[in-house]
Amino acid sequence: MNKDRRRFLKLLTSYFGLLAAKDGVYVRLLGGENLSQDSTADAEAYNPEDHLYAYAIDTRKCIGCGMCVKADRLENKVPPKNFRTWVERYRISEAGDVDIDSPSGGENGFPPRVSGFNVAKAFFVPKLCNHCRHTPCIQVCPVGASFHTPEGVVMVDSGWCIGCGYCVQACPYGSRFINPETHCADKCTLCYHRLVKGLQPACVQACPVGARQFGDLKRAGDPVRQLIARERVMVLQPTLLTKPNCYYLGLDQGVR
Amino acid sequence: MELSGYSYPNDFFIDWSLMIVLYPYITGFVAGAFIVSSFYHVFERNELEPVGKLSLLCSFAFLLSAGLPLLNHLGHPERALNIFLTPNFSSAMSGFGFVYTFYLIVMELELWLVYREYIVETARRSRGWKRRAFKWLSLGVYDLSPESREVDRKAIRVLAAIGIPAACILHGYVGFLFGALKSNPWWSTPLMPVIFLFSAVVSGIALLIVIYQTDRKIHGMRIDQECVASLSRWLWLFMIVTVSLEILEIITLAYEQSEAWEIIGALLTTKLSFSFISVQMILGSLVPFVLLMVVVLMNSYLHEKVRNTLAFIAAALLLIQVFAMRWNVVIGGQMFSKSFSGFRQYQPEFFEKEGILAAIVIMIAPFLLLHLLNIIFPAFSDREEAEKGAIAAPK
Ligand code: SF4
Ligand code: SF4
Repeated sequence: MNKDRRRFLKLLTSYFGLLAAKDGVYVRLLGGENLSQDSTADAEAYNPEDHLYAYAIDTRKCIGCGMCVKADRLENKVPPKNFRTWVERYRISEAGDVDIDSPSGGENGFPPRVSGFNVAKAFFVPKLCNHCRHTPCIQVCPVGASFHTPEGVVMVDSGWCIGCGYCVQACPYGSRFINPETHCADKCTLCYHRLVKGLQPACVQACPVGARQFGDLKRAGDPVRQLIARERVMVLQPTLLTKPNCYYLGLDQGVR
Repeated sequence: MELSGYSYPNDFFIDWSLMIVLYPYITGFVAGAFIVSSFYHVFERNELEPVGKLSLLCSFAFLLSAGLPLLNHLGHPERALNIFLTPNFSSAMSGFGFVYTFYLIVMELELWLVYREYIVETARRSRGWKRRAFKWLSLGVYDLSPESREVDRKAIRVLAAIGIPAACILHGYVGFLFGALKSNPWWSTPLMPVIFLFSAVVSGIALLIVIYQTDRKIHGMRIDQECVASLSRWLWLFMIVTVSLEILEIITLAYEQSEAWEIIGALLTTKLSFSFISVQMILGSLVPFVLLMVVVLMNSYLHEKVRNTLAFIAAALLLIQVFAMRWNVVIGGQMFSKSFSGFRQYQPEFFEKEGILAAIVIMIAPFLLLHLLNIIFPAFSDREEAEKGAIAAPK
């Protein structure tokens, strides 16, 4: 009887343990290895509910140096052929021809290249996961391995993902990929492990001209919050209604 | 890797490979063959009696193999059961496990009822392990009285009737997996589930024509002409509907001149010109359309051999057509980057994990299963009798 009951309890806890595993990353990131070593006062006070992150990109400032892509690769061990963030170069003629390229995701800057037309305007567009509020990627994940954190960050639990690749197909922005080492879906996390320590995402910190800015919509007086509120901002592919949390300044109609 | 135009940097790799082409191909046979068996059991098309059992066995064998390409594709097949543990109901894919399980139960019940009489009689006739096995299969029910058989017959009808919507859901749902992705204009159309469903029926009927004729040829038995003629008629009808839908979808896109057409038009005329225009539309649709038209419209003038041959060739071509259609949807939909301005190439390797060899092995599996099933539950009762007759004759 006693034994039976114990077994039942064990079963029960393992079942709920399993359900809780969905939030595993979250727990691991909060209480995991990173923090145990240098748990600053900031990290201890960190409460996910207090934040709602947003990202702003000023395309007029970007110089296409690719430092952000490099920083991302170092910080997040992004596999060599894939990108959690990348930079695109646009060259547009007066007649509206568009020439886009992104050699190695812009990681090594942009070598000179001749377009087939007279370039009327040219600019760089840094890209990353838009951390959409209405994400098709979370919607389609069959096992719930893709999820929103309370701060609005879209993440993948690589301990639960089955690697079906449905989310990769569903993301209209090409932000996701199947990581060839973990065989799981992978994408930008906004450097969540840094955010909980009160740091900025690596790409934002690496940008020498401040084209990438990161902020918190729940914090009064936050510069990004003010920028989104006051400037004329745009999101990528707004017609898809994915409600990105990543805003652009100076976007052109030729941008994909 | 050849790229033209601009592709997003992550879009250099086609993730949904040959395996994801096979998956709808195989489930298509499941749904299609089942619907044929339902023509017989529910709508009492008695001319289909010769393939009545075969269609059920086919459907079952392919159903058992449907998970193989998926398992081979998953990055973490060992976690496949997560789909039952934490299904995310907003995902179309999360329903797969449940739809599949439900269908499996319906199929097993129906098979058991259809073969109940055979099981009981075999259990009575045989000795040793065979007797034990069949006794076990009979689940202890030995009642073969006319009344109980009547009950069986009714139950089969009900199950077959439930099976029709189940088959439609099973396969329409596969189309929905693609049709419900707004990120991809080549997939995202409400027509997608419908096209998948109709083409599934086409592939099911075509498969039955091929297997039925092959089996009869191998065993030197007569091919039932009414059956072939009837299957050809259904095949003709369903292929016309399927191909019309396929063409309509493209004409609409082209006529609307939507933004998507820029990339899709380019896709069809460059990357897919061979597999779409030559294989799917001309070799796979136009040719069988004409062949089947001859079979259907000139039925009474045709010699047996001509009818068999025409139907066989048309069916074989349609099997290729349906495969090409799956390929063009699944691979074609990934050949352009989501930037809608660049293409990528896909050429499966022979030996890679999701390559051609794996595909061949997976495609052999259902036929092997069908062969085994056929040994335990013969699809053709007349062949058994003929064999028995042949042994009995010299006495
Ligand atoms: S950009 Fe793509 S991966 Fe990121 S949240 Fe949106 S849909 Fe998901
Ligand atoms: S690849 Fe992983 S995260 Fe993406 S849909 Fe499949 S299970 Fe979910």
